[in-house]
Amino acid sequence: MTTTTVAAPTPRDVRPPRRGASLERRRQRIGWLFVTPFLVVFAGFLVFPLAYAFGMSLFTSTLATGTRFTGAANYVKAFTDPLFLEGLLRVAAYALVMIPAQLIVALAAALVLDTLATRLSQLSRLLIFAPYAIPVVIGALMWSFLYSPRFGPAGTLFDVVGLPTPDFLASDTVFGSLVNIVTWQWSGYYMIVIYAALRSIDPAIYEAARIDGANGWQTALRIKVPMISSSMVMVVTFALIGTLQFFTEPVVLRNVAQGAIDAAYTPNMYAFSLAFSYSQFNYASTIAFSLGILVFAGSYVFLFLTRKQSGLK
Amino acid sequence: MTTAIGARSAPDALTTVTGLPDHADHSAGRSRRRDRRIGSHVFLVILAIYFLVPIWWLFVASTKSTSGLFSSPAFWFDDPAQFFANVQGLFTHQGGIYWRWLGNSFLYAFVGGSGATVLAILAGYGFAKYRFRGRGAVFGVILGSIMVPLTALVVPTFMLLSQYGLINTPWAVILPSLLSPFGVYLMRVYTQDAVPDEMLEAARIDGAGEWRTFFQVALPLLKPAIVTVLLLSIVGTWNNFFLPLAVLTDSQLLPVTVGLNRWTALSNAGAGGEQVWNLITSGAFISVVPLILSFLFLQRYWQGGLAIGSVK
Repeated sequence: MTTTTVAAPTPRDVRPPRRGASLERRRQRIGWLFVTPFLVVFAGFLVFPLAYAFGMSLFTSTLATGTRFTGAANYVKAFTDPLFLEGLLRVAAYALVMIPAQLIVALAAALVLDTLATRLSQLSRLLIFAPYAIPVVIGALMWSFLYSPRFGPAGTLFDVVGLPTPDFLASDTVFGSLVNIVTWQWSGYYMIVIYAALRSIDPAIYEAARIDGANGWQTALRIKVPMISSSMVMVVTFALIGTLQFFTEPVVLRNVAQGAIDAAYTPNMYAFSLAFSYSQFNYASTIAFSLGILVFAGSYVFLFLTRKQSGLK
Repeated sequence: MTTAIGARSAPDALTTVTGLPDHADHSAGRSRRRDRRIGSHVFLVILAIYFLVPIWWLFVASTKSTSGLFSSPAFWFDDPAQFFANVQGLFTHQGGIYWRWLGNSFLYAFVGGSGATVLAILAGYGFAKYRFRGRGAVFGVILGSIMVPLTALVVPTFMLLSQYGLINTPWAVILPSLLSPFGVYLMRVYTQDAVPDEMLEAARIDGAGEWRTFFQVALPLLKPAIVTVLLLSIVGTWNNFFLPLAVLTDSQLLPVTVGLNRWTALSNAGAGGEQVWNLITSGAFISVVPLILSFLFLQRYWQGGLAIGSVK
């Protein structure tokens, strides 16, 4: 991932040797000046908190003994803690369902949009994207209203058909309800990313394919999809990172579905409740740090496996 | 829908298997193409309805009283004039705290988002156009950090900020929002292509200093990327829920997202005087209008800009 960008050659002109050396030093300094403000924030709010969390996770604090160094004990506890492990399995299950759902909607919409240039298609593109402009909390609130048996339209709709109204917030249906919220919220954004990548393909390729006798369907699947695989890898990576740290939607839905969503529903919710309901900051840090490492490792493995498609080496 | 399109293109697939596309059958081909265009539009309209319906619902619901929310059809108006009563309610309920929340959201999103963008522009330009020792290693670490889930940092950030006495101040939300490794990545990739080295050299030969070269030559070329990174970071901060939920407890400081969630939790808890469903729906509606409008007006910038990181 790094090497490609680093190896990118920067053309340098030929300079007179002696003056060049001091100029080069000056340029070096100015380069650092440009990146330093960001690096300060990066150190303060990423590197330092991560190191701090790791440090905290090595200690255990109890009323009886005070704070003492316990090494890897918290990690042993975390990876044998059924609440944490269930949470991990749950977000993994969400990732398996939610990411394909979002990708299919986004890809299908982008491929169809790419073949059309009408007013209606432009309007649809904006409408499909619109949920991205709505904060996740508000989106989840809206859906929790729509799911609600008290306000929701479902009751009326199902009465018309003569069927019993399903409870969208029961423990066996809440999974699908959350998948729907996330798909609704993010597919449009991913669609725009994929659509923009499609627009950047040279149309001459389609002409060549058409002359070779490929129809629209074949052009889409055999030419367009492979050519935009790098942006699809990016979309899946973002969706993966987002899903594994699932937090906002279940927290908001928990307002109306206490029975179906418990306080440790996802690892992030577990860390939050450990820290802010039980003041177990050392153990909460362990959970947060473990989740961070797992997400990092997961996306790294994914990028490694797809390095051919993404063009990253 | 998808299957219908698939079925319709099946005959095409058959003709091409023979290697001899049927050129004689022009009129049939054209009508088939028209069918497919209609099919595509139907597919898009169905998708658009799915994405629009909840927003339409919010719009309609923002014009209802609490009893209207319970009794009237979900997707149609009850008494539209009620909207003004709701807005008035937002001004009076808990001393008009809703507007304070909205103001807080603007402040955090604007200061955090602009700050993050400025840092990303400077760093992206530095990484793209200067070869300094350690550049590769540092940029590699930043790229890797895109994959660190930011929510994993919330609990440790809370503990750090509380050591410096910054909990329950606006800084607790703004400072961590300045961090945008993805913004730096986008700016670097974009700068590399959009700002030719020759142009910078020419400016330097003409006697412009490094800063002047940056401000007058490079910056104007970076406009689409700047708008995109700005929008992304403002949306990111505006969206933020986990961080303010953790670091702010003073209700005067909450952003609108956390505030409305608090109202919902109270209303669901059921105490009669706390049920403000009409204020939640109208408050939520008013809070989404500014962002939707800015996306609408800035379309031509972000639509291209969002692809920066992904198109090679």
